[in-house]
Amino acid sequence: MIEQYIPVIAMIVTGILFGVVSVKAHEILGPQRPNKSKETPYESGMEPVASAHERFSVKFYLVAMLFILFDIEIVFMYPWAASFRELGGFALWAMLLFVVTLFVGYIYIVKKKALKWD
Amino acid sequence: MELLDIGILAAKIFIVLHVFLIGAAYVVLYERKLSAWVQKRVGPNRVGWRGSLQSFADVLKLVKKENIVPKAAHQGFHFLAPIITIAIAIALWCVIPFAGPFTVAGKVIDLTIAPGLDVGILLLLALSSLGVYGITIAGWSSNNKYSLLGGLRSAAQMISYELSMGLSLIGMMLVMGSLNVSEIVVQQSGYWFGFLPKWNVFVQPIGFLIFLVAAFAETNRAPFDLAEAEPELVGGFHTEYSGLRFGLFFLGEYGNVILMSALMATLFFGGYNAPWLQDLAFFQQNEVLRAVLQIGAFSFKTFMLVTVFIWVRWSIPRFRYDQLMNLGWRVMFPIALLNAVTTAVVLQAIRS
Amino acid sequence: MSLDLTFFIILAIMAAVSALMVILRKNPITSAMSLVLHFVSLAGLYLTLHAQFMAVIQMLVYAGAIMVLVVFVIMLLNLGREEKMAVRQSARAAIGIGASMVLGALLIWGLTQVMRPVAAGSSQAMVNGQIASVGKALFSTAYVFPFEMVSLVLLAAAVGAVVLTKRNLK
Repeated sequence: MIEQYIPVIAMIVTGILFGVVSVKAHEILGPQRPNKSKETPYESGMEPVASAHERFSVKFYLVAMLFILFDIEIVFMYPWAASFRELGGFALWAMLLFVVTLFVGYIYIVKKKALKWD
Repeated sequence: MELLDIGILAAKIFIVLHVFLIGAAYVVLYERKLSAWVQKRVGPNRVGWRGSLQSFADVLKLVKKENIVPKAAHQGFHFLAPIITIAIAIALWCVIPFAGPFTVAGKVIDLTIAPGLDVGILLLLALSSLGVYGITIAGWSSNNKYSLLGGLRSAAQMISYELSMGLSLIGMMLVMGSLNVSEIVVQQSGYWFGFLPKWNVFVQPIGFLIFLVAAFAETNRAPFDLAEAEPELVGGFHTEYSGLRFGLFFLGEYGNVILMSALMATLFFGGYNAPWLQDLAFFQQNEVLRAVLQIGAFSFKTFMLVTVFIWVRWSIPRFRYDQLMNLGWRVMFPIALLNAVTTAVVLQAIRS
Repeated sequence: MSLDLTFFIILAIMAAVSALMVILRKNPITSAMSLVLHFVSLAGLYLTLHAQFMAVIQMLVYAGAIMVLVVFVIMLLNLGREEKMAVRQSARAAIGIGASMVLGALLIWGLTQVMRPVAAGSSQAMVNGQIASVGKALFSTAYVFPFEMVSLVLLAAAVGAVVLTKRNLK
């Protein structure tokens, strides 16, 4: 079984090697003439004000949270879709109940305008 | 594994890697030429015959550029971010079948790097979901306000559209009853009514459209390229990247455009199947020639979809960020869900 | 040495080292990225057990979704390097080690209660890991009730997330 995945692992390793070799080669081949203004972060020509690591909107957190929830919903749909031919109407009803329950949550989210960006 | 198998695998990876690199170089040139045509310009025409070597000159230029990393940046992650992006862009190719299996000297050769995976599509989705880190880490490690905001916007956009992308495939999986990419392609080889190819796009048009739009968003291309909306965010997450490190992000973007086109060709347009032609007795008897024909058919379909990507980029203006999030969560997600449920109900009705 | 065993050893070392990195590194982003690596090696370990579906889901959900949230939160709170805590290091360490040993023992005991071993490499183990078998098991009468309960848990989580963040938005 793992034999089937050896090519996948080989491909990932190839990708990582390609990236590391390119970046390292560039460090060697490219010129290195650093000076103070090159090494400051770009801020439209102004002196950078404070660190860039500032706190930002909580909405990003909400999007990530809701993404996990609905991603898990979809993950349950994959095995259902793959074995749909062997499963009967019972599985369809079970899945419909599952989807409707989560859709109630989705409507709540939309009605609360939680996903409204402004 | 025998030595021969390892040799074949190494050869396949070598070929795919080079096709990926050269293909991306020519897609960049193709995009520049096509956009020039759209805007009544000439486009690159100096390097080589009609600019045919332009992309290679650009790569050389990038190598000769200085590698500038801000002092305040996190050196390790600044180094790692482009590598994550490119490694994933390359690794994703392992499940795409380029042609059907054929036999040479009693040895069956499958032109997929990892053939017959039971969860092929999921593996692809799982690997591409890791692509978010390349962008977030790039934005965070640069210690630049534009980078951070660009990286975050981009990450939030990618995860939002990943939902619709996964969901749009459910209908197709229900019809096919499998997540095995090779099997899905084989199932699309027949004909309805004796002439119409059994492509999934004919039974899942809505699923395909949602996947297409999600693919635009996943690859961070216009009209969804808010991460690098130049007027407001300079270069987005790669503002602080120069030289080949920037080149890797650029290559990753174009690599993903080709990959998404190849994936759509595989899942919705019959993959490597060349309808009617491959049924001719001539191709049935000669397996190697049939494989060549199939590679041609697959490349043609991929090329046409790449053209759609470029055409859309140069025709449609950029979305605003709130429009983008609303489209993803309030339009695409419910439609994709409805599409999946309707497909299941219809299939069940046909069955009973 | 068989292929499965070779992979197991490599992946187990990867998993252990990345898990140690999670708790030993001072920079929270480094910890989070080590955790991503840890989840990927766990996915590999599932593969050595022929559980293909579990392996990709491990990557899709844990590495690709939950860790995105964790990284967002670290950036959101702008966590810097962890401050060295001077107070009663040894007492904390002792409590921590004791608690984790109890938890570990409980976990191992619990697993021995529910595990029904299937010989690795047997055809049964191969079939069990396939996605269609997971689907058939999930929609059998044995597991359909917990499956429906999952939807309620997710619904509660969705409501909770909105309530928690909406308060801050106004």
